[in-house]
Amino acid sequence: MSNEFSGRALIVVPAWNEEAAVAETVREIYAAVPAADVLVVDDGSSDRTVECAREAGALVLELPFNLGVGGAMRAGFRYALRHNYDVAVQVDADGQHDPSEIPDLLAGLAHADIVIGARFAERGAYQVKGPRKWAMVVLSKVLSLLAKTRLTDTTSGFKATGRRALPLFAEHYPVEYLGDTIESLVIALRSGCVVTQVPAHMRPRRAGNPSHSPWKATVYLFRAGFALLLALVRRWDTSVKQAVPLAAPPAAEKRMS
Amino acid sequence: MSAYIVALIGSVLILLGIFELLRRRQLSEKYAVLWLVVGLTLLVVTIFPGLLGVLSRAAGVEIASNLLFFVAIVFLVGVALHLSWEVSRLEDETRKLAEDLAILRLDVDEHVKRTTSGPDGKS
Repeated sequence: MSNEFSGRALIVVPAWNEEAAVAETVREIYAAVPAADVLVVDDGSSDRTVECAREAGALVLELPFNLGVGGAMRAGFRYALRHNYDVAVQVDADGQHDPSEIPDLLAGLAHADIVIGARFAERGAYQVKGPRKWAMVVLSKVLSLLAKTRLTDTTSGFKATGRRALPLFAEHYPVEYLGDTIESLVIALRSGCVVTQVPAHMRPRRAGNPSHSPWKATVYLFRAGFALLLALVRRWDTSVKQAVPLAAPPAAEKRMS
Repeated sequence: MSAYIVALIGSVLILLGIFELLRRRQLSEKYAVLWLVVGLTLLVVTIFPGLLGVLSRAAGVEIASNLLFFVAIVFLVGVALHLSWEVSRLEDETRKLAEDLAILRLDVDEHVKRTTSGPDGKS
């Protein structure tokens, strides 16, 4: 990408029972963006996720119990704010997101506050059908209107969050089902953040099985619709406590810079 | 007459139970007041069954017990709603605590690692 990103980036990897995939994901991230720090947020895993991530060289946040992706990400945002990072990028632990595309997302932050790695935009062979697709289409249309730009994949977890949205997300990142994607975008847009997207590949999962039953897809449709309605009618307190990044001990500054 | 005795004993037991929970500090004050009022109302209505009839005639309810049911249902729905709200709030607080706990644990671990590996351990 043309404009090189020069701030401190934290790559946040929410992981729940991902011992099979997390280490490789962390190594790939370090290979793709050597300057960034990798923070694996262990969401109350019962397997060896924590050990695997640590062996791969990542910082590991161990949540005491399962909080869901939203909770794990909020913890990541809080950590990023506390340690004065300029940007937090979410990358899923299961290997679906290609770390080599992180620099694209970071470059996109030059003229946006949130950059989504979108799965349908040109690149990649990611396909969905039926109710799940309808849900995604409706969500994209509504959020594109709100964002005043074309967003094709609003439920993508592959996202970069810049300086402006960080304090907002550290305080208000939604923790409910689908809140981490739909509602978070609504909050960000309400508080005046600029959201944009860059095309991204979607790779098959390294471990674990995706769910493909039509019943689940229908339930997804309704839950997504409900989440969207809720997000639109809710009053959001988008005021942000003035960010107080606790001064890291001097040695920490040395290590991280 | 025996129904009257049973109802009276029941009301007194409920009131005593509430009082005991309060005494052992198992029930916070804001809920204690609520339930004490309920227990006392129950006791009064049990002691003077005629009171319910007077009240329902005043409210224009034909069958006295229906007034009791109506008030009870409205009250219980209110309590359930309040508890849902309270649980949501508590859950959010717990989540924030858990997140911050994890962050602090990582910070402490990193700090300990650095101090034990010397001032210029890692770079």
